[in-house]
Amino acid sequence: MFKYLKQLTSLVAMVAVLFTFTTETFAAKKSKTLKNTQKKGFVRCGVSQGLPGFSNADAAGNWTGVDVDVCRAVAAAVLGDANKVKFTPLSAKERFTALTSGEIDILSRNTTWTLSRDADIGLTFVGVNFYDGQGFMVRKDSGITSTSQFKNGISACTNIGTTTELNMRDFFNSKGISYTPVAFEKADEVVAAYDAGRCDTYTTDKSGLAAQRTKMTNPDDHMVLPETISKEPLGPVVRQGDSVWEDIVRWSLNTMIEAEEYGVTSANADMMKTSENPQIKRLVGAEGEMGAAFGLDNEWNLRIIKQVGNYGESYKRNIADTGILPDRGPNELWTKGGILYVPPSR
Amino acid sequence: MKYKKILPQFLTLLFIILIFGFFTMNAQENMDTRGIEFGFGFLSKEASFDIQFSLIDYDGSMSYGRAYLVGLLNTLLVSFIGIILSTILGAVIGVARLSPNYLINKTASFYVEFFRNVPLLLQIFFWYFAALRALPMPEDAPLIFGSSFMTIKGLYTPAPIWNNLDVFMIALIVAMIVIYFFNKFAKRKQEEEGKQYPKFLISLGIFVILPALTFFVGGVDVIWSFPELKQLAKTSFTYEGGLGIPPELIALTLALTLYTATFIAENVRAGIQGIGKGQKEAAASIGLTPGQVLKLVVLPQALRIIIPPTTNQYLNLTKNSSLAAAIAYPDLVLVFAGTAMMQTGRAIEIVGITMATYLTISLTISLFMNWYNKRIAIQEK
Repeated sequence: MFKYLKQLTSLVAMVAVLFTFTTETFAAKKSKTLKNTQKKGFVRCGVSQGLPGFSNADAAGNWTGVDVDVCRAVAAAVLGDANKVKFTPLSAKERFTALTSGEIDILSRNTTWTLSRDADIGLTFVGVNFYDGQGFMVRKDSGITSTSQFKNGISACTNIGTTTELNMRDFFNSKGISYTPVAFEKADEVVAAYDAGRCDTYTTDKSGLAAQRTKMTNPDDHMVLPETISKEPLGPVVRQGDSVWEDIVRWSLNTMIEAEEYGVTSANADMMKTSENPQIKRLVGAEGEMGAAFGLDNEWNLRIIKQVGNYGESYKRNIADTGILPDRGPNELWTKGGILYVPPSR
Repeated sequence: MKYKKILPQFLTLLFIILIFGFFTMNAQENMDTRGIEFGFGFLSKEASFDIQFSLIDYDGSMSYGRAYLVGLLNTLLVSFIGIILSTILGAVIGVARLSPNYLINKTASFYVEFFRNVPLLLQIFFWYFAALRALPMPEDAPLIFGSSFMTIKGLYTPAPIWNNLDVFMIALIVAMIVIYFFNKFAKRKQEEEGKQYPKFLISLGIFVILPALTFFVGGVDVIWSFPELKQLAKTSFTYEGGLGIPPELIALTLALTLYTATFIAENVRAGIQGIGKGQKEAAASIGLTPGQVLKLVVLPQALRIIIPPTTNQYLNLTKNSSLAAAIAYPDLVLVFAGTAMMQTGRAIEIVGITMATYLTISLTISLFMNWYNKRIAIQEK
């Protein structure tokens, strides 16, 4: 009896697979990544090895953070479930190879968008989910309150393989200060070494500094200096050569930001279907055919907002409420004095 | 008959070529579709990142090729120091394990069992972070040997500033050549006339006196530059001048040495125990002193047992030095297969170069040790 049941289920599964193949849209046929993702049933997402607020796993292995939410949004859009994501923690050194070699399909790992990365090594940046800049952390008791007080012979701890190493050189060179770089492969070792007193300052993206400060023995003994020495637009990255997949990731992110702009939240998204505003109706899949071009159904964006929330919700949940960076700074909507401005979904 | 011999070899070769061909084609195709170009042109581009510690002149305005050289030299440096120290320590511990003294014997055994059974990476972390926690901040560091400071930011010792260093170096080389010929001469004299010279003392004399003479007649001069405490901020200090050895290098050398020495100690013990007791007794009975027994009877034979497995340990130590990346020692892996790979995105090229480099270093050590092994092997007549 059970034997037949098993055969029956596999038959049904086969028919279902065939059915999905036949109903596959043109876009899905064109996007190998989308097809593979739907076949596997999960989105393969590369994240950091633990950066609170951006991508961090708790003791039970649940990932949270604004970078994590981008992958969850894509999963909600293409698979219907924001939890269908397989996270791969990657070091700064491994991340691009993991993406170009096809081990992951989205790299959402506080990665700075630069010309050489975008143009040179087979990657495409799809947008910015956090505007950051490099800064310095020092011990409060050192009395240093500005980078102008740095002197020759200062030692600076940082990570290898990031734009940080390059910016640091530019900064110290332009000021004519001789310095000792102490560069580690993993962030945890940087924190441990700086915390022990190996270096006078710790430099990386300011969001990273704020997050890592919480890991110090006494977080209150350290402070981030006010100066920002570089532009670090952080955002998700995909492989070059699959423009449909690129569009899906880009517009999943844009949807989250635009939803905040129009006041659509995870709580009120369903009600917004009957809104008067056609722009809002398009955002929740009640007007237009906004998913067809991606080979997705019409409610892909509604699912993102319902399951992951809009950008503001994600920021509040991951970065503000955890005390990492309560002030949104440039990562506020353009309508509220920030620089978050995305093209319209229409 | 001939076919039978050649065919399996031919098939194996074909198989290997096919596999390589498959992987190459696959990589090429994937790189093409992703718009990645293959090439080594990046080596001459500006690296634009700085390196903490370098044996040659380097700053970020130089090329990736130069950065590769810095990493390579740092790898060679830590391997070289590690090999020398672990050989000395290994020999001492190996002999100590055979000591009739209970305390020495057991201490040596405990040391070997402890250090060879803890994973090396863990030991590196232990020495690095334990040292960082234990060492004083620069301003609190006590004076060692009247001129050095051991601090959390490194060991600061006086640095020699040479005048006419090249003259001194030439004198050293000349001294070594003179010693070589003197030893040859002494050996011939002993064989022909049975006359014995105090070879060691005379060699040492030549080695010291000849270079020392250059100070008086060659215009060679050394001025010492001493480290001086410098304040960077209210509670932040460092040392200026002198020679600064980073704690990363010290921790890595310590961990590699202590770990590898355990294996070498076991090799030494095996080598000495491999010589029959009867031989030592026989040597003693014809009137050789204990020193001569060791030098003329035991060691030449023990070395034959010790050298081959010890070569393996030298190779292991060199390869293990790549764990440096974990504690920020700028070796080949951290600088080249780390930062340079990230900045250029040339994963295949850089991993290829790095692998070829380690292979070359290992083969060189192997060749040297094989040559040495052959030299001390029993000359069959």
